[in-house]
Amino acid sequence: MIAGLAFYLFAFILIASAVMVVTSRNPVYSVLYLILAFFNAAALFLIAGAEFLAMILVIVYVGAVAVLFLFVVMMLDVDFVQLREGYQRYLPVGAVIGGILFLELLLVIGAWRFAADVSDLRLSPTPADVSNTEALGRIIYTDYIYLFQISGLILLVAMIGAIVLTLRDKPTAKRQNVADQIARSSEVMMAQPAIGAGIRREEILRPLPPPEKPAAKIEHGGHH
Amino acid sequence: MLTIGLAHYLTVGAILFVLGVVGIFLNRKNVIVILMSVELILLSVNLNFVAFSAHLNDLTGQVFALFILTVAAAEAAIGLAIVVIYYRNRGSIEVDDASALKG
Repeated sequence: MIAGLAFYLFAFILIASAVMVVTSRNPVYSVLYLILAFFNAAALFLIAGAEFLAMILVIVYVGAVAVLFLFVVMMLDVDFVQLREGYQRYLPVGAVIGGILFLELLLVIGAWRFAADVSDLRLSPTPADVSNTEALGRIIYTDYIYLFQISGLILLVAMIGAIVLTLRDKPTAKRQNVADQIARSSEVMMAQPAIGAGIRREEILRPLPPPEKPAAKIEHGGHH
Repeated sequence: MLTIGLAHYLTVGAILFVLGVVGIFLNRKNVIVILMSVELILLSVNLNFVAFSAHLNDLTGQVFALFILTVAAAEAAIGLAIVVIYYRNRGSIEVDDASALKG
């Protein structure tokens, strides 16, 4: 009874906030409604008994992905009014295609049924005596260990890819040039100053800086 | 009606999926909202996996949902990075402006 009411409440808020995500005028509001939608989806997961996934959803999506979206939305200086221009034009097409898709999905939901031997086809039946998190941990680190490692690799590749894509070279950045460093000839000179006179400059003798490049000639007028 | 079964979850998942698809159509000019719509679609898929997992008492669905979550996070990171460099190069985030590869 309580679970049923809670399901309807969370499902309603989930769908309402999903509507607001796709229709709201300002992308910042879209992100905030997306966060609300993820919270409610996590609540639905909890009602279904998937506690671990619910917590992961809150941590990963609200804590990382939604904040990433928020950063990007606020970083890009986009004219959001201008972005909304074609909205009225695309609305009928989107509504028609959405309606068709929804009808098809309803037909599928209404018509399918489980196989007769469905309980024999289960790969990893839920154990009765342990919590959801512990049961998931038991199979993730044993049966699905390779998939788990591959998902870690996917995250690594995504991280490196995002860094490589957005890294910008600054012309003023000071970098180590290894080839120059190795190719440098030894030019440390031994000075033999007269006693009491000292040497001219009391610092490390460095090789002279490379000669300045001659300034580019400026031609006034001339040939075409 | 107040006992929650598989059909309830599947219906919510279907509505969420359709909303995500409609969002892609409505926001043709804003790549960021399109990425959010893709996230909604992946969320609806996750909802279906969890619902079946709970109904069948099979944990494989939840493991699968976990991997989908991983891929969705990676996809969001890469997609947003692409949006950022696209904005740097073109000064807009409209889908229709992405025509540099057109012959």
